[in-house]
Amino acid sequence: MYHWIPFWPDTAAVNAVVVNNLYIAELGLSGLIMVTVVAMMLTFCIRYRKAASNSRADLETKTWRFEILWTVATLGAFLILFVWGAQVYIWLYKPPPADEEVYVVGKQWMWKVEHPGGQREIDALHVPVNKVVRLVMASEDVIHSFFVPAFRIKHDVVPGTLETLWFKATKTGIFRLECTQYCGLQHATMQGEIVVMEAPDYANWLDSQGVEESLAQQGAELFRAHGCSGCHGKNSTIIHAPSLTGLYGTVVHLQDGSIRVADEAYLRDCILNPRSFTVAGYPPVMPDFSGQLGEGDLLKLIAYIKSLGGKREAGR
Amino acid sequence: MSTTTFDDTPRIEPTARPSYLTEENTVASWLFTRDHKRIALLFFASITFFFFVGGGAAALIRMNLATPEGLLQPSLYNRMFTMHGIIMVWFFLIPSIPTTFGNFFVPLMIGARDLAFPRVNLLSWYVFNLSGLVVLYALIMGAADTGWTFYTPLSTVYANGYVFAAAMAVFINGFSSIMTALNFIVTIHRLRAPGMTWMRLPLFVWAIYAVSVVMLTATPVLAMDTFLLAVERFIGIGLFDPRHGGDPLLWQHMFWFYSHPAVYIMILPAMGVVSEIIPCYARRPIFGYAGMTIALMAIAILSFFVWAHHMFVAGISIYAGVAFSLLTFFVAVPSAIKVFNWTVSLHKGRITFDAPMLYALGFVLLFTLGGVTGLMLATLAVDVSVHGTYFVIAHFHYIMVGATVSAFFGALHYWWPKMTGRLYPEMWARFAAILTYVGFNLTFFPQFVLGYLGMPRRSYTYPAEWQIWNVLSSAGASILAVAYLLPLLYLGWSIFRERKADANPWAATGLEWTTPSPPPTHNFERTPRVSRGPYNYDPENDRFITQEGTPHAR
Ligand code: HEC
Ligand SMILES: [Cu+2]
Ligand SMILES: [Cu+2]
Repeated sequence: MYHWIPFWPDTAAVNAVVVNNLYIAELGLSGLIMVTVVAMMLTFCIRYRKAASNSRADLETKTWRFEILWTVATLGAFLILFVWGAQVYIWLYKPPPADEEVYVVGKQWMWKVEHPGGQREIDALHVPVNKVVRLVMASEDVIHSFFVPAFRIKHDVVPGTLETLWFKATKTGIFRLECTQYCGLQHATMQGEIVVMEAPDYANWLDSQGVEESLAQQGAELFRAHGCSGCHGKNSTIIHAPSLTGLYGTVVHLQDGSIRVADEAYLRDCILNPRSFTVAGYPPVMPDFSGQLGEGDLLKLIAYIKSLGGKREAGR
Repeated sequence: MSTTTFDDTPRIEPTARPSYLTEENTVASWLFTRDHKRIALLFFASITFFFFVGGGAAALIRMNLATPEGLLQPSLYNRMFTMHGIIMVWFFLIPSIPTTFGNFFVPLMIGARDLAFPRVNLLSWYVFNLSGLVVLYALIMGAADTGWTFYTPLSTVYANGYVFAAAMAVFINGFSSIMTALNFIVTIHRLRAPGMTWMRLPLFVWAIYAVSVVMLTATPVLAMDTFLLAVERFIGIGLFDPRHGGDPLLWQHMFWFYSHPAVYIMILPAMGVVSEIIPCYARRPIFGYAGMTIALMAIAILSFFVWAHHMFVAGISIYAGVAFSLLTFFVAVPSAIKVFNWTVSLHKGRITFDAPMLYALGFVLLFTLGGVTGLMLATLAVDVSVHGTYFVIAHFHYIMVGATVSAFFGALHYWWPKMTGRLYPEMWARFAAILTYVGFNLTFFPQFVLGYLGMPRRSYTYPAEWQIWNVLSSAGASILAVAYLLPLLYLGWSIFRERKADANPWAATGLEWTTPSPPPTHNFERTPRVSRGPYNYDPENDRFITQEGTPHAR
């Protein structure tokens, strides 16, 4: 419905529609402000140019009334924009329950994508139309920013943590994927495409990728290879370590009395910074794995831990 | 115009004493001068040089973007936009108006003989040039490749350009800012002439005061931040690099804690200039003087509480984003008040359209457009979509280049006769003013469109379908280049050829116009006594009263 507006980017997701409306309202208001200022300026410049003979008597001296009027008027208008913008922002950044989850790793200078089924792609992301897709994003080096102009969604991908972003495409087709945070030499070419497909096509595409193992299965292997199962495994008796079954999405009580939701970023922290916090009731013996696991491996482990069950709400 | 006659202007007797320009002529008398007027000219030479260095980088950028394939190697392009940003921000925009017109006119406008600490003033110029040498070293050796924002961990671990030298240039430069700011604050507090109360200060002086407070408080944070950057880059202590336990966002918080106020460091003095020019050429008092002073100080204070609006998509907590958005809308209110006050200050005036006025009116329009697009960026959800794109580039160039540089040129023309004792060629100046306005809009308006379409900033290449907008922008930039170079020519010519200016060629009210043009070294023959506020213009009878209380017909 926005395609007739000139110089307008594609509108291909529910997110984009919501942002469009706000943007149009703001363009309207900005136009109004500009027109008011220009009209006032022009009128005064013409009526009161040196050569004009209009009366200059009775200059307004009580300026306070006007100042207060303007302050209130602009503040009122600004508050409306603020509330509207903030509402949409919260909505944009709090993902609803996801239909599909995809893992994205940014690195100089490419986007690596891993689907839960184990399908991988580079600088491309295939997704089904009309489905809520949730992205879990990591960076291997510097800060990147994941931006899809046609969806109006963007989030920086900061090394050292995981970020999430969601969208629901409403149009099939190919859309630009960009990096909008300067990330070094080839930042300009760190681009790719989002391929939005009908559900059956998407299923076919997934099948045709020829993968043997899902992400969680690959994670299970890592879980054994790195010795996690020795402590966290079902029949591990040597060490008193928490079971990870059903952990994802629950509220975890820490030794220092604080609580955290066991989302992806938490799981990542557990593996890389176990020294900085301890789960209540357990000895602080979990080894530090930083430096041993790349972002890709971490995401696999996390996918595995998630596959052990848990509450869906972690998606929010 | 500029042939105004003053029937009852008391003649300021041509004194036997020479002006500040002719008093001494040796090179040493310039390099070791403690006269604020000479130091202002020294600064003027330095920043003009850097303006054209930064402008040269901009020319390369726009040349490269005229075609999607580009001309420059990616690494060269990246280094050019980095150096363009660093040089324009710290070596032109931040010092621009304060160190030149502030230096020259604050003492004259408050009726003082000099700044409070003349030696510190001179030292500030030397420190500035030292930092300038360091930045030139960085540029010549191969330049930094991080963007002017030095985001970590790119700048500390991954970038391989001359990041350390560039950061040190910024670090040293800060000391010059701090010295100049301190000097202004003390001067404005202590050296006002008898009768020059706070509510009689010209708005330009208020603006310099506000900006000095911001400079003095914000700059140390930048110094710490660049210092920490150097520590991580050299010693590898994990401050920002997450692989060593650092926090990449810490850099951004500290950087923007300085650099958002820095935006206001760049615009507040410009606001002050425009508040001088508009009443003089509209021949009426500024509308809402008290409101203007309050707005200036409100902006200065609020500017410290909005830094995280540069980080809405960077992974700060959602609710922090909401709070910073609200605060950002608050800081927009005083700016809106100022725009309305300038506009209404034309009502019932007796307006002439000399070059300074054209620049000032252009300032108001460009500032307003920059302002409304700022509102869009303050709106969280819209920022999510345009952050990091050309929309942001366009927005801040409207404020920092469109508005500030227009005000700079406005000030230059307005005070030229006072500084040099010569008038300037009015027609050429008007032509340059209009050309600036046209060239500027042609350069930067298309970038709003590009931004919303999704063109990321800091890209040396782009898809072919966006070429048309980029070509428009590059064409505008070449017009702008002419508009910025022109004054150099005709003002240079005017020093030797134009008619001599008398003390008050624009029939203005401020104290700086009560002393000969150019002023003697000690500024005033006798200390002025101030008896009224700054803008006593009477458009009904076309009269004005100077701040000392002498009435004049125009
Ligand atoms: C030496 C035994 C040991 C090994 C090996 C080990 N852990 Fe742990 N882990 C623990 C203990 C003990 C805790 C609880 C105390 C704490 O938080 O430090 C824990 C906590 C955790 C938690 C948080 C659990 C909760 O309830 O919040 C996660 C997640 C986790 N480990 C994942 C892993 C992964 C993945 C690996 C392999 C890469 C691993 N662990 C290897 C002992 C171990
Ligand atoms: Cu990038
Ligand atoms: Cu800001």
